[in-house]
Amino acid sequence: MKVYLFYFLCILALYSALMVVISRKPVHNVLYLTLAMFCIAGHYILLNAQFLAVVHIIVYAGAIMVLFLFTVMLLNLNNESEFRKPALVQLGAVVAGGLLMLTLVGVLKQTDMVMTTDPTTTQIGLVKNLGKVLYNDFLLPFEVSSILFLSAMVGAVLLGKKD
Amino acid sequence: MSPITITDYLIFCTLLFVIGVVGVLVKRNALAIFMSVELMLNSINLLLAAFSIYMNDPAGQVFVFFIMVVAAAEVAIGLAILVMVYRYTHSVDIHLLNRLKW
Repeated sequence: MKVYLFYFLCILALYSALMVVISRKPVHNVLYLTLAMFCIAGHYILLNAQFLAVVHIIVYAGAIMVLFLFTVMLLNLNNESEFRKPALVQLGAVVAGGLLMLTLVGVLKQTDMVMTTDPTTTQIGLVKNLGKVLYNDFLLPFEVSSILFLSAMVGAVLLGKKD
Repeated sequence: MSPITITDYLIFCTLLFVIGVVGVLVKRNALAIFMSVELMLNSINLLLAAFSIYMNDPAGQVFVFFIMVVAAAEVAIGLAILVMVYRYTHSVDIHLLNRLKW
């Protein structure tokens, strides 16, 4: 059952990722990207990483996708984008991507990885266990990231200001 | 059927990453390029989480959490820059931004 769900989520995520690249309208791009984000959240749940799944849905499908949609709306990009790269460049890009995929898959298939745990019984992805690690071992990076957020907020306001 | 192995995750994340790379190379719309970058980032995040689960090491998942934090800040700044570019050029076509090209 879990395996079928895994393959279903894989196919749906790959399809929506492809449609992000293929479709022309920016709104469709954003909506397909949202679908891909939900599929990846499903993968996190399959891995029993509940905290990451919740954070992923809140941050990506919630905040970031709304930000993208607002940008599409503000810039009025709803019409079909008239600019496209020449067909030769597109063909070259697809061939280069295919070669990269062949190389990576060929290398990664041969690796023989020894895995220590069975992912169906692991408990490390739960909020309780992850919170202990986060607030014991990674307290300083956690606090520093708040400064990063403050500076990002100031930077975004400064860049978006009209003058 | 056989259980899900780490190799399945490796291949799935590789495919997702390659789709993101092709999207960056093919598109001229800056917003679509940004979305493809997000796709690549998420594929690697998923792979990191999968390795963390299979290796039974919670530090990997904390790392994924921090990557998400940085990505959220990056998206806010990136979209602000995109709005500014649109204000100056009235387009999001990256071929108009070629003054630093050669």
